[in-house]
Amino acid sequence: MNLTLKVWRQKNPSDKGGFKTYTISGISSDMSFLEMLDVLNEDLSDKGEDPIHFDHDCREGICGMCSLYINGQPHGPQQTTTCQLHMRSFSDGDTITIEPWRASAFPILKDLVVDRSSFDRIIQAGGYISVNTGGVPDANEIPIPKVISDESFDAATCIGCGACVAACKNASAMLFVSAKISQLALLPQGKVEKRERAEKMVAQMDAEGFGACTNTGACAAECPKEIKLSNIARMNREYFSASLSTENV
Amino acid sequence: MKLDSKIPSGPLAEKWTRHKFNVKLVNPANKRKYEIIVVGTGLAGASAAASLAELGYNVKAFCFQDSPRRAHSIAAQGGINAAKNYQNDGDSVFRLFYDTIKGGDYRSREGNVYRLAEVSVNIIDQCVAQGVPFAREYGGLLANRSFGGAQVSRTFYARGQTGQQLLLGAYSALSRQVANGKVKLYPRTEMMDVVVVDGKARGIITRNLVTGAVESHSAHAVLLCTGGYGNVFFLSTNAMGSNVTAAWRAHKKGAFFSNPCYTQIHPTCIPVSGDHQSKLTLMSESLRNDGRVWVPKTKAIAEKLRKREIAPKGIKEEDRDYYLETKYPSFGNLVPRDVASRNAKYVCDEGRGVNETGEAVFLDFRDAILRDGEDAVRGKYGNLFDMYEKITGENPYKTPMMIYPAVHYTMGGLWVDYNLMTTVPGLYALGEANFSDHGANRLGASALMQGLADGYFVAPYTVGDYLAGLPYDKIPEDHPEFRKAEETVKSRIQQLLGIKGSKTVDHFHKKLGKIMWNHCGMARNAAGLTKAKEMIRTLKEEFWSDVKVLGTGEELNLSLEKAHRVADFLELGELMIDDALHRNESCGGHFRDEYQTPEGEALRDDENFAYVAAWEYLGEGKEEALHKEELVFENVKLTQRSYK
Amino acid sequence: MSWVSKTLNSTLGKKLLMALTGLFLILFLVVHLAGNLQLLLPDEGKSFNIYAETMASNPLIRAVSIFNFGFIALHAIYSAILTRHNKKSRPVGYAMTKGSANSTWSSRNMGILGSLILVFILIHLRGFWYEFKFGEIPYVTYEGVTYKNGYAVVSAAFENILYVIVYVVSMAVLAFHLSHGFSSAFQTLGINHKKYTPFIQKVGVGFAILVPALFALIPIIMFLQSS
Ligand SMILES: Cc1cc2nc3c(=O)[nH]c(=O)nc-3n(C[C@H](O)[C@H](O)[C@H](O)COP(=O)(O)OP(=O)(O)OC[C@H]3O[C@@H](n4cnc5c(N)ncnc54)[C@H](O)[C@@H]3O)c2cc1C
Ligand code: HEM
Ligand code: SF4
Ligand code: FES
Repeated sequence: MNLTLKVWRQKNPSDKGGFKTYTISGISSDMSFLEMLDVLNEDLSDKGEDPIHFDHDCREGICGMCSLYINGQPHGPQQTTTCQLHMRSFSDGDTITIEPWRASAFPILKDLVVDRSSFDRIIQAGGYISVNTGGVPDANEIPIPKVISDESFDAATCIGCGACVAACKNASAMLFVSAKISQLALLPQGKVEKRERAEKMVAQMDAEGFGACTNTGACAAECPKEIKLSNIARMNREYFSASLSTENV
Repeated sequence: MKLDSKIPSGPLAEKWTRHKFNVKLVNPANKRKYEIIVVGTGLAGASAAASLAELGYNVKAFCFQDSPRRAHSIAAQGGINAAKNYQNDGDSVFRLFYDTIKGGDYRSREGNVYRLAEVSVNIIDQCVAQGVPFAREYGGLLANRSFGGAQVSRTFYARGQTGQQLLLGAYSALSRQVANGKVKLYPRTEMMDVVVVDGKARGIITRNLVTGAVESHSAHAVLLCTGGYGNVFFLSTNAMGSNVTAAWRAHKKGAFFSNPCYTQIHPTCIPVSGDHQSKLTLMSESLRNDGRVWVPKTKAIAEKLRKREIAPKGIKEEDRDYYLETKYPSFGNLVPRDVASRNAKYVCDEGRGVNETGEAVFLDFRDAILRDGEDAVRGKYGNLFDMYEKITGENPYKTPMMIYPAVHYTMGGLWVDYNLMTTVPGLYALGEANFSDHGANRLGASALMQGLADGYFVAPYTVGDYLAGLPYDKIPEDHPEFRKAEETVKSRIQQLLGIKGSKTVDHFHKKLGKIMWNHCGMARNAAGLTKAKEMIRTLKEEFWSDVKVLGTGEELNLSLEKAHRVADFLELGELMIDDALHRNESCGGHFRDEYQTPEGEALRDDENFAYVAAWEYLGEGKEEALHKEELVFENVKLTQRSYK
Repeated sequence: MSWVSKTLNSTLGKKLLMALTGLFLILFLVVHLAGNLQLLLPDEGKSFNIYAETMASNPLIRAVSIFNFGFIALHAIYSAILTRHNKKSRPVGYAMTKGSANSTWSSRNMGILGSLILVFILIHLRGFWYEFKFGEIPYVTYEGVTYKNGYAVVSAAFENILYVIVYVVSMAVLAFHLSHGFSSAFQTLGINHKKYTPFIQKVGVGFAILVPALFALIPIIMFLQSS
C-alpha cells in the first residue's frame, strides 16, 4: 500500500520542531508499524536525510520502550503497543500523523523520542518492598489467595510505556503510579509499607509535573496492558488513609 | 596462559559453602570506599547492582535503554527453574544439577552448575519477598509447571511474563538503592570500552547516547551484565538493541571469549514473513504440549500450499507427516529444542515447508480442540493464540499455526572462573554475557535462574573477595589509560562518520545475519564455515569502506549506535565461525553435519572435545589463540542423549 | 496542620475537594429540586411560598446555604486551579487527537460544562435569590400570615421564553456535567468495587438524566401555563 506520513521532526530538546510529510510506497500489510518506519528510514538514509528517531527495543510488546502518538491515539488505533501494531490496521492511501508523547514530564529529546525518566524517579520514591538480598522467609511461608495474587498480577503487568500519560487530556500519570501502588498494596509482603509508599510516590508524581485525574478513563482505554481504573481508586484510598493515619506523621 | 577455573576443592555439595567461608570479607565500614561499575540492568545486572549496594558498596549502573526496567530480560516468557521440590515429585538440587549438565550435553562445569542449582531455591524466596506475583494454586501456595520436557515440575512462572515480573522485582530493588544514594543510574549510556590499568580492570568509557559525550568512569571493579549476542544473526528473538559490544570490547582488552559457536535455536517462533522483517517473535514452548508438528508428506502438496492453492485443513490425514512423532516415538513433539529445530530445518530443506518462503512447519491444535474443546485450549493458550493472530492476522483456532526455528540464546560468552571473573582481574561477567553454566545447550527456564543466581547470590560474595585485596584509592579519570581509551573511542566514532559510504548499517547487518544463519546456524559443516569466513571478511572490509552513517557524534544518533554494534558483530561472527570450525563434533546447539550418528543425531566426541574453548584476542587481523579448559566430570557419567 | 495542607495541596487532595464539594452539591440539588417542584402544585404557589419562608428563617438551613455558596466557590476555584495545573502538564498539545476513541465527551469537557453551570448559577442567583432577598417583591397572605410571593417572581420570569431556554439549556449542561461527575466523585474517593461500581454508575446516569430533567420541567410547564 501507499501512505502519506506526517511526522514530527525535532532536532534536539531546544529545537522548535515541526511536521514533515513523507510518502511511502510498497508497504505490506504484514509489516509492523515500526517495520514500516524502518523502511522509511532506509529510504531517508539512502537520500542522505537524517532518519526519524523513535524509541523501541523488544518489538514484542513487553519492554514498554516504543511510543508514538498515531492518528490521535497513543500506540495507534489498536489497544496494543506500537511495535505490535500491524499495517493491516491501515488502508492504502491513508494519511498517518505521528507525534511524540506530549507531557511536560516527558521532554522531547529528538523527533519522536521522549525522556520518561520521571517514571523511574516515581518508582525510586517508593515503588518497592524494602527487603535486602538474603534473609527472607521461604517463598511458601505466606499463602496468598489466588484471586488477590491474580489481581496484584494484573496491576504488575504495566510496562511503563507512558501511553496513559499520552492519552490523558491532563497528562496524568495516575494509572502508571496506581498500578505499582496496587500491586504492592494487595500483597501481604507489600502491605507493611503501603501507606508510606502511597504518600511518597504521589508526592513524586506531583513533583514531576504530571496532571491531575479527571477520571475520563482514557488511560485505561488506551493502556496496552489493560491496567484497570480500579487501581486509581485504590491509590486514592491508600493515599487518603495514609494522610489520616497516625502511623506516618 | 593456563586457565584456572578456581573451582573449590571438596565434595560437590560442599564446594560453594566452603568457598563462601574462605572468601575474604571487606569490613562493613570500608565498603563505601569502593566503587563498582555494573554494565547492564537485566536480571543479572539489576540484581547484582542492588545487592552490592545493599552491602554498602557504591555502584554505578549503566544501560542503553531509557530505563533499567527495559533490559531484554523483560521479554522472557516461560518461567524460572528452582529445585524447591514443592510438588513432591522427586526434584532435588542434585537432580536440577544433573538435568542441567546433561541438557548442556556435558560441556559445562560441574562446580558451577551445582552451585546454580543450590542457590536456585533462594532466588524464589527473594523474588516472592520483593512482591513478584508468581502463579499460585487455590490454596494460596506457589504453582509449578513442567517446562521444556523436564520430568519434574520445577518451573515457577508468572503467566507468560515471568521475565518481566522478575526484572521488575530486581528493578525495584535497584530503584530502592538509587533512592538510598548507593546506586547512580546511567540510562541511555553505552559502554564503549574497558579501561585496564596495571593489568586490572579499573573503569569504562561510555557514550551518552543523548548528547554523544564520551566519558570516563573509574572504579575498583567492573561487572559486565550485558546479555547475549544472538543479534549477530540479525533476525533473532532478542531485542533490537541487544549487542555484543561491551563483551567484545572487553575481549579485545584481554578477556577470553568462550564457546562462541554455541547458539540456541528455538523451535517455536513465528516464521519470517518477508524481507522487511526486523525481529522474530517467540511463541512459548508450552505450545508443543498440545500442538502437533507436521508438514505435508510430499513436495507437490507443499508447493500447492505455498501457492495457496489448497488450505492446510484440506490435506488428508495420510498426506500429513507428523515427523517428530514418527521419528521420536517416546518424546514426540516434546523433544529438546535443538532436536525439534533441526528437524524442522530438514523437512523445509526437503522442500516441504508450508508458507510462501518455504520456511515454516505447522503446529496444529485441531486434535487438541477436538479432544478437549476450544474453551479448554483457549484457557491454556488463549493469550498466545491472540498474540499469534495479532502478528500474523491468522486465527490459530481455525487454521494451524505456522512456526519456524529462530535464534534465541547464546550459551557462549566471556570466559569466567568460579568467581565469575574474566581473565582480566577485576572484570566480571554475569548472566547471558558469560559462558558459564549451560554448556552447549541451555534448558528452558534456566537463563533467568542463572542471571539472578549470578547477581543476587554469587557476585556479592566473590567481588568482595577481590576488593578485599585492593587499595581504596581510585585511579583518577584523567589517568593516561583513560585518556587513551577515550581517544580511541572518539576516533572510532569519527572514523565511522567519516566513511560516508553508500550502504546503510542495516544493509550490512542483514547480510551478516544471512551468512551466519546459512552457515553457522542450525547445522554447520566445514566447507560452509570456511566459505562463510571469507564472506565475513569481505563484508567487514566493505563495511569499513562503504557504510553510511549520517548525522554527527554529538547528538542522539541511532545509526551511529548501530554502526558500532554491527562493527563488533562482524568481528564476533568470524570468531564464531572459527570456533564452530575447530569443534569437530556435534554437541547441543552446535551440530556439525559431518558428526552425526547413523540415525542423524548429534555425535559428541568426549575424548577430544570435552573442554571449554577460550579464545584470546591477539590483535587486529590476527587469528585468535585457542586455550582449552578441560572439563572434569566426577559426579555424572557422560551418556549419549536419546529421545527415541 | 501540615499534613492537612500537604494532603490538600497534592493533586489527589485537590481532587478530593472537588469530589466532596461536588457530592455536596449533588445532595443540595436533590433538596433544591424537592422545594422547586412545589412550584408545579396547583395551589397558586402557596406551598412553595410557605416552604421558601420556612427555609429562609431556619438558622440551620441558612448555615447550610452559606456552606453551599462556599462549596460552589470552592468547587469552582479548585476546578480552575486543577485546570491550570493540567494545562501546564501538557504545554504543547497534539496536532491530532481522537478523544472519542477512549473517553466520553462530557468527561473531557468538565471545565467548560462547569463554567457554563457557574454562569447559570450567577444568572439564577441574580434572577431569584437576589430578588427574593433584596428586590421589590409582592407579598401574599395565607391564613393570616404574610409571605413573600416568590412564586409570582418565578412565574413572571418564566413567561419569558428566553429565560426558559437559558434554564433548559443549562439543565442539559448540568446533565452532562453530572453524567460524568456523579460516578467520577466516587472513583475519586476511592470507591471502586467490582460489585458496587456498576450500580453507582447506573445511579449516576439515572440521576444525571432525572434531576436536570425535572428541574427543566419547571420552567417549561410554567411557561406553558402562562400562555
Ligand atoms: C523471547 C525470549 C524468551 C525467553 N524466555 C526465557 C524463559 O522463559 N526462561 C529463561 O530462563 N530464559 C528465557 N530467555 C532467556 C533470558 O531471558 C535471558 O538469557 C536473560 O534474561 C538474560 O539476562 P541478562 O541480565 O544476562 O541480560 P539482559 O537482560 O539482556 O540485559 C542486558 C543489559 O545490558 C545492557 N547493555 C548491553 N550492552 C550494553 C552496552 N554496550 N552498554 C551499556 N549497557 C549495555 C542493556 O541495556 C541491558 O540492561 C528468553 C529469552 C528471549 C529472547
Ligand atoms: C450544581 C452544580 C455542580 C455539581 C452538582 C457538580 C458536581 C460535580 C461532581 C460530582 C464532580 C466530580 C468530582 C470528581 O471527579 O471527583 C464535578 C467535577 C467538576 N466540576 Fe462540578 N459540579 C457543579 C458545578 C460546577 C461548577 C460551577 C464548576 C466550575 C466552574 C464545576 C467544575 C467542575 C470541574 C472542572 C470538574 C472536573 C474536575 C476534574 O476532575 O478535573 N462544577 N462536579
Ligand atoms: S499503565 Fe498502561 S499505559 Fe500506563 S505506563 Fe503502564 S502499561 Fe503503559
Ligand atoms: S518495543 Fe518493546 S514494547 Fe514495543
